[in-house]
Amino acid sequence: MSDKAILLVEDTASDIGLTQRALRKHGIGNPLVIAEDGQEALDYLFCTGAHQDRDIKDTPMLILLDLKLPRIDGFEVLRQIRADRRTRPLPVVILSASGEKHDVAAGYDLGTNSYIRKPIDFYQFAEIVKQLGLYWLVTNEPPPVV
Amino acid sequence: MTEQVILLVEDNPSDIGLTRRAFKKSAIGNELVVAEDGQEALDYLFGEGAHTGRDVTNTPMLVLLDLKLPRVDGLEVLRRIRADPRTRRIPVVILTSSSEEHDLAAGYDLGTNSYIRKPVDFQQFADVIKQLGMYWLVINEAPPRN
Repeated sequence: MSDKAILLVEDTASDIGLTQRALRKHGIGNPLVIAEDGQEALDYLFCTGAHQDRDIKDTPMLILLDLKLPRIDGFEVLRQIRADRRTRPLPVVILSASGEKHDVAAGYDLGTNSYIRKPIDFYQFAEIVKQLGLYWLVTNEPPPVV
Repeated sequence: MTEQVILLVEDNPSDIGLTRRAFKKSAIGNELVVAEDGQEALDYLFGEGAHTGRDVTNTPMLVLLDLKLPRVDGLEVLRRIRADPRTRRIPVVILTSSSEEHDLAAGYDLGTNSYIRKPVDFQQFADVIKQLGMYWLVINEAPPRN
């Protein structure tokens, strides 16, 4: 397993904590970078603002993206990821409490790799984080760095 | 949800057999439809040729796509899936023995949801099939049909 980062774009403190615990519990050691709103996620990805000294080629191995976010929402973050050739192939998994049909449809139309509904129960949530961690960090072949 | 099929696009009989066995072993109950070349896959998806009259709104839940195929190759099948509004949201997993970086890059550029290298060993292959079945048929929220 590589030590490339997982970028978690999430503003709810309890969901951040749950994700951190679930990844650690299952031995997924990749560093977890947290962006608490859409603008911070874009700054991280495109090395602007507080992240202007970061190397843009050091792309995350996986982006876990909430939809309802302060400042810039998850759909707009996804749109910008897919619009830039440096970030276009990055695996994005929408992890959202919303099961609304139009949200799921919009996520796929904007090119999410996968859409997962956050379970409310902690154990189910931990199990899902484990499964998606194994799938995207071990089984899936990540895109080559552009 | 009605039982949606899994479309396996694969020309190698031993890989078709292995996939069938691995699905059975993992208790994945969805019907497996096999297309042995790219043209047959397109005919199935778009209700043409031998599949004229098939209800094309009954889309597969998942497409497992080999790359090296007779007649029409896997990358072209993927391009056509993403170019048509009736099929563009269908989750596609490239399952190939190719580890060429340009295949990997082209797969993501054309919008594959995931790219998996076929393990040579049967047990590992069965584990990968089990994991991807679990991920795409259980954990992932399927795109709404148009």
